[in-house]
Amino acid sequence: MAAVLRLVNRGTLSSAMGQQYLTFSSAPKVGVRAGQALPERVKIVEVGPRDGLQNEKTIVPTETKIHLIDMLSASGLPVIEATSFVSPKWVPQMADQVEVMKGISRIPGVSYPVLTPNLKGFQAAVKAGASEVAIFGAASELFSKKNINCSVDESLQRFNDVMKAAKEAGVPVRGYVSCVVGCPYEGKVAPEKVAYVAKRLYSMGCYEISLGDTIGVGTPGSMIEMLEAVSKEVPISALAVHCHDTYGQALANILVALQMGIGVVDSSVAGLGGCPYAQGASGNVATEDVVYMLHGLGIQTGVDLSKLMDAGAFICRTLNRKSNSKVAQAVCKL
Amino acid sequence: MGNVPTTVKHCLSYEQLIQDYPWLRRWLLLEEKTITGHAYPKFVKIVEVGPRDGLQNEKEIVPTGVKIQLIDMLSGAGLPVIEATSFVSSKWVPQMADHSDVLRGIQRAPHVQYPVLTPNLQGFQDAVAAGATEVAVFGSASETFSKKNINCSIDESMLRFEEVINAARERQIPVRGYVSCALGCPHEGHIEPSKVAEVAKRLYEMGCYEISLGDTIGVGTPGSMFKMLQSVMKEVPTSALAVHCHDTYGQALPNILTALQGVNIAKVIEAGDFICSALCRETNSKVARAKGRTL
Repeated sequence: MAAVLRLVNRGTLSSAMGQQYLTFSSAPKVGVRAGQALPERVKIVEVGPRDGLQNEKTIVPTETKIHLIDMLSASGLPVIEATSFVSPKWVPQMADQVEVMKGISRIPGVSYPVLTPNLKGFQAAVKAGASEVAIFGAASELFSKKNINCSVDESLQRFNDVMKAAKEAGVPVRGYVSCVVGCPYEGKVAPEKVAYVAKRLYSMGCYEISLGDTIGVGTPGSMIEMLEAVSKEVPISALAVHCHDTYGQALANILVALQMGIGVVDSSVAGLGGCPYAQGASGNVATEDVVYMLHGLGIQTGVDLSKLMDAGAFICRTLNRKSNSKVAQAVCKL
Repeated sequence: MGNVPTTVKHCLSYEQLIQDYPWLRRWLLLEEKTITGHAYPKFVKIVEVGPRDGLQNEKEIVPTGVKIQLIDMLSGAGLPVIEATSFVSSKWVPQMADHSDVLRGIQRAPHVQYPVLTPNLQGFQDAVAAGATEVAVFGSASETFSKKNINCSIDESMLRFEEVINAARERQIPVRGYVSCALGCPHEGHIEPSKVAEVAKRLYEMGCYEISLGDTIGVGTPGSMFKMLQSVMKEVPTSALAVHCHDTYGQALPNILTALQGVNIAKVIEAGDFICSALCRETNSKVARAKGRTL
């Protein structure tokens, strides 16, 4: 048995999951932890134009949104969440969803997913040219009721229609789970509940599940606990982390997720999008800061940091606000 | 998998192995937990540098009474070490001109240390006269930074510190050593981990009980932090090391996490609120902002 145990090490598990790993050289056990295997490549999902702008008070003109997305495309980001096909009554910022979709210059190889909360939204999205969509569930019952006025199970039921239609149309669907570590109403969220919702979305057909620390209360310990529970139900290669920086913990949380083998990170240029639950606090983690960390670790992202910063500078100038990115603040004095 | 020997099947498929030996899962999960759980230290000593390093870099001169109240509030928050002030010439650092008054004015909580910076023997003697029971000296891993910051080479600075450390030893006063530019220098750029290790080793061997490794311009990332610590740990025991990470590029927490692996947070926030009111500026703490303390 001892021989078998030695064979089943992290490296074997890693290659079984189909990813290439970089391994740090060993160090003495005391103090610095050795041998953290990190992915060689990380896919960044840029959510600034949707999740970011959606939480900004100022309504941004359509041309500005289009220009922002085009600049982000030029920076090398592989996935850019372009807009949301929700009713403009609920989210006025996204009222120009069709014009945005039709207006952007799509770069080959770059995905432009859009949020589709229901079948109607999905149909409108496809009509406007969407080739990838996203749906979302919450790991907290109270949050689900307060946010979209139904239970978690009911919300997942609603998405059955979207999933069916997407499958028929050959459109990939990304799933989001919010409140994966904490809920503004319920407080701590059980990791098993997150795993349950993630598994449901995955078995419904979502190709990737983005786990969102919606109120940014997570710390490395609670992140690991949650990811361990979820990775029992969904393969790590299908997981992404969407960490909010409300308590400054985002990069540390992303780091531990990477150490667990997660290779997809959501972030928002200039840290666009405050926290609707904590007045004056930040929300999304800034893409520039994430890229800085990843590049410093020798991890490839395909992103040109200076072009990314240009996009951040552009949107901050337009919104007349300071960037939430520390890298931008340090380099461009924004 | 058809006609494949069982052991080969197990090598090829973790899932198969777990299926055939369900009890094994617990063992492997334990192993995974150690890797992913990172066995962090049970206790971390936080050295609060706000009243000295923090205020020293604030433009507005803070009244002595305010500094004293800040330190007292921080003592009340349970911090074990609070860097109180700096016995440098007030000509160079006007913010610290009231060093003796601050040190004499604070309420010293039992079991809390209040180290003060002492760049030279004169400063050390003034500090002792004012009641200091712990001091700190600072070297640089970058020659250029040393010359521009304290107007002498690293070697020359070490000679000055040796005088301080010897005088401190005679009075049984512990000395903490700082190494700045541990992950990068504003003038030289990249700093070799071996240079950081060399300076850390010198300070340790001269008699500093602890060496704080400072990412002075905050350019470090977990990878460079790891490499630098690996190098330093060859020369100085881990138990004598501290990290001083700047958040200039937002990397401080992941860098600290990499280095590591009960302070009453509410009271720390209160102390933060207090000094921000006094300075009329917004807090840089995201936790404080999230908890609704903004100006």
